[in-house]
Amino acid sequence: MDFGLSEEQEQLRESARHFLAGECPARKMREIALDAAGLSPELERKMAQLGWPGLIVPERFGGAGLGMLDMAVLLEECGYAAMPGPFLFSSAIAAYALAAGGGDEINTRWLRPLASGDATGAVAIVEANDGLAPSDFAATARTAPAGAVINGMKMFVPYAQSASFFIVAARTGAGARDVGLFVVPANAAGVKIRPLKALDLTRRLALVEFDGVLAPPEAQLRGGADLYERVLSAGAIAIAADSIGGAQRVLDMAVEYAKVREQFGKPIGSFQAIKHAAAEIVADLEPARALVWYAAYAFDALPRDAARAAAMAKARACDVYSRAAGKAVLMHGGIGFTWEHDIHFWFKRARLNESLFGAPPYHRERVAALGGY
Amino acid sequence: MDLNYTPEEEAFRRQVRNWLDENIPTSGLRGFDRNADRDKSTLEKMKIWQRRVHQAGYLALSWPKEYGGQAMDPVRQSIVNEEMVRTRAPALIGAMGISMVGPTLITWGNDEQKARYLPKILTAEEIWCQGYSEPGSGSDLASLRTRAEIVGDEFVVNGQKVWTSNAHFADMMFCLVRTDPDAPKHRGISYILIDMKSPGITVKPLVQMTGDRGFNEVFFDNVRVPRRNLVGKLNEGWMVANATLFHERNMLGSTTTTQMLFNRLKTLAAATMRGGRPLTEDPVFRQRLADLEIRVEATKYHMLRQLTDSIRGRNPGLGAWVNKLVGTELNHDLATAAMEAMGDYAMLARDDGHAMDRGFWPYEWMFTLGLVIGGGTSHIQKNIIAERGLKLPKSR
Repeated sequence: MDFGLSEEQEQLRESARHFLAGECPARKMREIALDAAGLSPELERKMAQLGWPGLIVPERFGGAGLGMLDMAVLLEECGYAAMPGPFLFSSAIAAYALAAGGGDEINTRWLRPLASGDATGAVAIVEANDGLAPSDFAATARTAPAGAVINGMKMFVPYAQSASFFIVAARTGAGARDVGLFVVPANAAGVKIRPLKALDLTRRLALVEFDGVLAPPEAQLRGGADLYERVLSAGAIAIAADSIGGAQRVLDMAVEYAKVREQFGKPIGSFQAIKHAAAEIVADLEPARALVWYAAYAFDALPRDAARAAAMAKARACDVYSRAAGKAVLMHGGIGFTWEHDIHFWFKRARLNESLFGAPPYHRERVAALGGY
Repeated sequence: MDLNYTPEEEAFRRQVRNWLDENIPTSGLRGFDRNADRDKSTLEKMKIWQRRVHQAGYLALSWPKEYGGQAMDPVRQSIVNEEMVRTRAPALIGAMGISMVGPTLITWGNDEQKARYLPKILTAEEIWCQGYSEPGSGSDLASLRTRAEIVGDEFVVNGQKVWTSNAHFADMMFCLVRTDPDAPKHRGISYILIDMKSPGITVKPLVQMTGDRGFNEVFFDNVRVPRRNLVGKLNEGWMVANATLFHERNMLGSTTTTQMLFNRLKTLAAATMRGGRPLTEDPVFRQRLADLEIRVEATKYHMLRQLTDSIRGRNPGLGAWVNKLVGTELNHDLATAAMEAMGDYAMLARDDGHAMDRGFWPYEWMFTLGLVIGGGTSHIQKNIIAERGLKLPKSR
């Protein structure tokens, strides 16, 4: 019985915290967020030097071959920094999809450069109707002599604008489980990207049209509906980990502010209204962090409980983050509502995290169904 | 991270479970008995039960061997806790001694005190109660006024304690008393051990919201206590008491009770028809149920994390401060959800003939609220988290 991080994981966390404090402090985060691309090539390059993009990529494709728990530890720190950029979507989700379902040819072409930081992948799943079930999809992949022909329109695709390739979910038949994941190069004929304007400036979203895009046989990932479910779980855990880090950051910001801001002749942190709000964040956050670790561990080691654990972690971590961000803004008073103060970046990221890969009510329903009630 | 138990631990769990299956009394004592209103014969049965658990080697597993413990790691203790709840074993009548005064004596007591008191805690020969709260000192415990004056080689105690659970049958009390009225309030308190049969002690029962006699007022009128019953140094009782409280908050409380409450709630919801379908199929109630299950699971892993920190000999950090707040509120929320599921039946007292499940939930709903209050209300817990955990400035 050992429910804790390993020494290597502790080191990863420490070095990530240190790296991001230096390379992505709030000032830099704001600068990147306000830039059109929403990412910093310099920061991406430095992360690549640390081996982060290939963290969960198998060693034979140039990665470190680590697991989702290691990734969750790293993503928590990225969430703490509200680090902008495609890292989470490319290196946690697309990388997992390729490693789990890609053949050697496709992985040599895409996973290897992903691991080295020379390519990024984006995940295109939901459509205009916002559903995650394969039956919600209108996008289809029809069998053709040279592979599959993909037609459809995907919404809310994170970092489509800068992606080298997409992992696209499309229906492969009329059945509830007829779904496939296809690797499509961003420059393939028939791909059109239309940027959306996101509330959260630390993320970029786009609408992507696939108009008769031809995917050769090797571009279809193995695993069908099972792989699709696993990819959704990977996404849920990744967002949950980012959320835990973000919740920790808004708590830290609010507590620091409460120690120095004075009203009625003393620091506002000496008033119980402020103390209790801060304590409630801690009481939400600490157990939620354990739940996210469990979900990441289950994803790697307990396949029987992995889907339920991911759903629990996503629902809880996102609830906790949004609630924490709301409280933390309030604790700042008027300054917390200004554009000039940084906290709104986290406040909005909490909201984006809630939506991506299924909102908390969606995941609670999954927990109920998977829990047999 | 590895959530598997070792083969030895699994074997130990089976051994504990088998022992419990064979030894849990089949009559006279009920498992999961929250009622503290105990008559003499029940009390005697509970003492016998604790003695048997002790003889089997399943009590105070982490205590040193010389005082009757097993010197085992916290995992073994958590296994025993889990199995006791799972098999609905009767409560341990000496719990206050085992979890509160025992660890305090192990840390702060002198050799004579350890030898004198620890073995009898385990054998249930001496049942302990806690003399902390006073009528004027609840959340502000350090303002307590029960006075202990030193006369010769004795303390002479005068004052009053309140909300004292088990005082009506306890043999001993660990008690906070004021020994220096002129010192700042935290620095004039001592931790002493009082024989409840001492002349001058009067115990008056208080009836709880549940209708049970669970706690008491205790009056001290020139009660004489030998000076050798002082634990730690004179006027350092606040530190002695707080060290124990900290151990308590870290105590790798098993969350098995919480999980059992959730399972019971789920069973209730599945069996309750509302609008022609089970409550578990009602989308609103499903959301609530799932939210509770997620909180139950999060608490479970939060505790496992602290168990691991304890095994690794590491400070659990901020996380340990939230246990009391999170655990008691969750249990009360589970009971509150069950009350909602019961509809009109939630209105019935437990001795009504139509009461559902012998009135389990209405009682549990009240009892769990008592736990939200006792040992520092949620409001006080939040102050503690903020001041000691987050280092926000004291308001007082």
